[in-house]
Amino acid sequence: MLEFRKDIFADERDDNLKEVGQPTQRQDMLGHVTGTSPYYDDHRFANLLHLKILRSPHAHARIRSIDDSAAARAPGVKRIIRAADVPVNLNTLLSLIQFGKDDEPSLATDVVRYKGEPILGIVATSERAALEALALVRVSYDQLPAVFDVEEALKPGAPSVNAAYPKNTFEYYNKYDHQKLRYGDADAAFAQADIVIDERYQMSPIEHAPTETNGSITVPDTNGRYIVYTSTQALFFSLDTSAKINAIQSNQLHFIGGTVGGGFGGKVDTLTEPLCILAARLIGAPVRYRFSRHEEMQFGSPRGGERIYVKDGVMKNGRIIARKVRAYFDSGAYTRLSSYAVVKCAAHIPGPYTIPNVHGDIFCVFTNRTPATAMRGFGVTALDFALECQMDKGATAVGMDPLEYRILNAYRDGDMKAHRREAKNCALIECAQVAAEKANWPLRDEFRKMSSRQGGGAAHAGATADRTRAPAPAVAARTPASAQKSTPQRIAYERPAPATPARPAPPAPPPRSAPPPPAAPSAGSTHGAPRFSSVFGTRRR
Amino acid sequence: MTVTVKTFARLADAAGALAQERGARFLAGGTLVMRAVNEADPAIETIVRSTDPNFATIGVSSGRIELGAGVTMAAILAERELTFLHPVARAVGGPAVREAATVGGNLFAPSPYGDFATALLALDAIVMLAGGVGQREAPLDDFLGRRDRGNALVSGVAFKRPAADAFRFLKVTRVHPKGVSVLSIAAQLPFASGRVAGARIAYGAMGQSPLRAKAAERALEGRALDAAGIAPALAVAADGTSPTDDAIASAWWRREILPVHLRRLLLGAGQA
Amino acid sequence: MKTPIQFRLNGEEVATFVEGGANLLDTLRESVGDMSVKGGCWQGTCGTCTVLIDGMPRLSCITLAESCAGLSIESVAGLRRGAELHPLQSAFMERFAAQCGYCTPGMLMAAKALLDKNPNPTRENVVDAICGNICRCTGYEPIINAVLDAARSDGRRRA
Repeated sequence: MLEFRKDIFADERDDNLKEVGQPTQRQDMLGHVTGTSPYYDDHRFANLLHLKILRSPHAHARIRSIDDSAAARAPGVKRIIRAADVPVNLNTLLSLIQFGKDDEPSLATDVVRYKGEPILGIVATSERAALEALALVRVSYDQLPAVFDVEEALKPGAPSVNAAYPKNTFEYYNKYDHQKLRYGDADAAFAQADIVIDERYQMSPIEHAPTETNGSITVPDTNGRYIVYTSTQALFFSLDTSAKINAIQSNQLHFIGGTVGGGFGGKVDTLTEPLCILAARLIGAPVRYRFSRHEEMQFGSPRGGERIYVKDGVMKNGRIIARKVRAYFDSGAYTRLSSYAVVKCAAHIPGPYTIPNVHGDIFCVFTNRTPATAMRGFGVTALDFALECQMDKGATAVGMDPLEYRILNAYRDGDMKAHRREAKNCALIECAQVAAEKANWPLRDEFRKMSSRQGGGAAHAGATADRTRAPAPAVAARTPASAQKSTPQRIAYERPAPATPARPAPPAPPPRSAPPPPAAPSAGSTHGAPRFSSVFGTRRR
Repeated sequence: MTVTVKTFARLADAAGALAQERGARFLAGGTLVMRAVNEADPAIETIVRSTDPNFATIGVSSGRIELGAGVTMAAILAERELTFLHPVARAVGGPAVREAATVGGNLFAPSPYGDFATALLALDAIVMLAGGVGQREAPLDDFLGRRDRGNALVSGVAFKRPAADAFRFLKVTRVHPKGVSVLSIAAQLPFASGRVAGARIAYGAMGQSPLRAKAAERALEGRALDAAGIAPALAVAADGTSPTDDAIASAWWRREILPVHLRRLLLGAGQA
Repeated sequence: MKTPIQFRLNGEEVATFVEGGANLLDTLRESVGDMSVKGGCWQGTCGTCTVLIDGMPRLSCITLAESCAGLSIESVAGLRRGAELHPLQSAFMERFAAQCGYCTPGMLMAAKALLDKNPNPTRENVVDAICGNICRCTGYEPIINAVLDAARSDGRRRA
């Protein structure tokens, strides 16, 4: 049962809730239990054709030759779709917001870079006829060395996976091969720490496995437009991507989705619509492109695997004084959304804890695996797994209760975060306290009395509420590294008594160089989506 | 290329068609054949079926049990004379699969499937084949070794009813109760004066097809079923096995856990 | 060469022609037009396509359509009587036993197969009844609770 703890932050609460807390029925629930919720495939069309795709059996290979002559003559075959038929055969999903280079073909041309990569399409009068024709296509390959591990991919001499990013990392601002977060001096702090905990964490790729596989049906409409029934989670995103690949105007497409039979992030990559639309345009008949379960497992994009190294410097009293994170996202052979996941990861370090010295390096790495995509909080979920395991290890190392350890290190209002933004509206401490209460988990008195609103960093010059003002520089010029003092920045927490005085101001923030300027917008861009400030580093006003 | 379906009232005629038609496969429950047809398997051009009522009969006479190849797992579960086989039938898929999956079909299910065949192996079953001149029989052990060759039609299996409480079965799976086997173990453990006499142990998912653990069987002969008594059998538990890596488990993992589960089964803790 | 078949679907006689080897799932959806039956794998592994054939739960994707000649098939489309929902349908709604809804038709039919034979199931019976149906959204608990609710609430037996 839902319980509201209105006693917590009571003075901040505007208690006029009408809908929140009341059960409300889903608008589609009646449709679900009567089998009438319309999924993309719940339509019948006279003379529906079926698109099936020939896929690479190799993780990395050069295509020497393709002979589809027998397939073209096979019974029921209406049309073969080849790489040359695709109007814009190189794309990256986030080109819609001008982020990243076009790196992925809809149909492979000279090289295949992951097992399952599409090479050729066959449209036929039945799925069986299309599958039988596919079996008649002869492709000869020269296999190439492949790499499946993110750290192996970054070693010199590793096979180059992605032609647009030959060093196997995504490039931020066309220059940097990773995302970086620096706050204080973590290495110096480790030297001062009582305990150092250095661990490696790994999450494997995870397949969404929705009960409904990815698919779409394109139906030519009467006025030069195409109606597309699709399983996508992202109608406009998929529409724009499909328009770009087909080199047609967005207003020539009418996307109808709505009921997704399980998405979880695995139905945003627009994997079926572009070729489905192309087939319908080339033939002038309705076409369905539906993933088999095997395709969904092998070719449908998974949550990318991640390898995360976390190193904590911890004092005997339980305070974490330094955290260093090095993370590698396995994007698979192409970028898709992993470039953005890495930015989210960088934004999440070091977790909801106030740590005065933070060091993060996060890489988006290309390997010969199935290209990865979004899934349930991607960019953050795996990192949290790593960080929270690390928190438990830290608690054990200092002999402290794991909840108390977290409460001690939690953000408090007014703390300066590693991203140089002031923590506000923190509530981790209160959540932990209520969880402990519900679980009958004993907490010592002083931890039950701690509060997110007490003990946080005092306002220091230029760095509070008004984020539009650049903070005053601490030093006029940057001192060379050799002359810099290696005293790590510290925020001194005393164990607060109930009426705690304001904490001493922390030492002057370390010298900062200006952030890199955002990339200039490309002139005449056709997709005028608003920019995301997290992507470009500009601040929202 | 379309698939042709041929239905025969008599099993012998179905057997004939199976032997003669090109690309013919016999359809019982459909868990194997229809899946392949859905995927446009080019090896299947003709589906052969039979509506012969004898095909799905359960025969229980004094000490001998005969199961028609078309007997489903659901039918086994409904048969009070076969309660010792209920843990096995219940482990084959969920309720809908059990309505379709047959005794005969399970003999052809590729590893790691084939839990019922594993049980039959431990029961020393013989396979009865239809067609040709009269009825042919073969020990299940032999049949499994050559099941991929030729186009024989299994009409049923037969075995002696095991002594009360002598039959045991366990299935190791990640998803209870319907998951694909990491491995399964069936055992028939007859006793003479408190000692094992003539044990039969069969493994599923530990090789290309269900196989007998003959080294473990020999090591159990004349032993008591206690920790000390079964130790020699546990030491040779994996002898003769050749598990493979698949999406369910690695060969290494299967070999590691096999003696653990054999121990549980022999000491009585691992009943399905 | 298409084969004519005739069977009862939700109490009504239907007739259609099927290609050799056609499965019941595709036949119901594409030949007969009953879109309430859903397909998840076409391999007989997910349970999404569950229908009742002569009262028994069956996977329509691996059932040969022509083997159903003369039989009685039930799908979700036949559960409600006009405006009146089947107790299972009401219970699923009340217990929020669906999110994306794609497994729901198969779950309902698997549950109906249970309740038609055993109107007083234990929780273990319910778990076994739906163990062949995969749900990726709800975590199964709301579904199990809904089936138990439906069993408790169903005073009058539905035919």
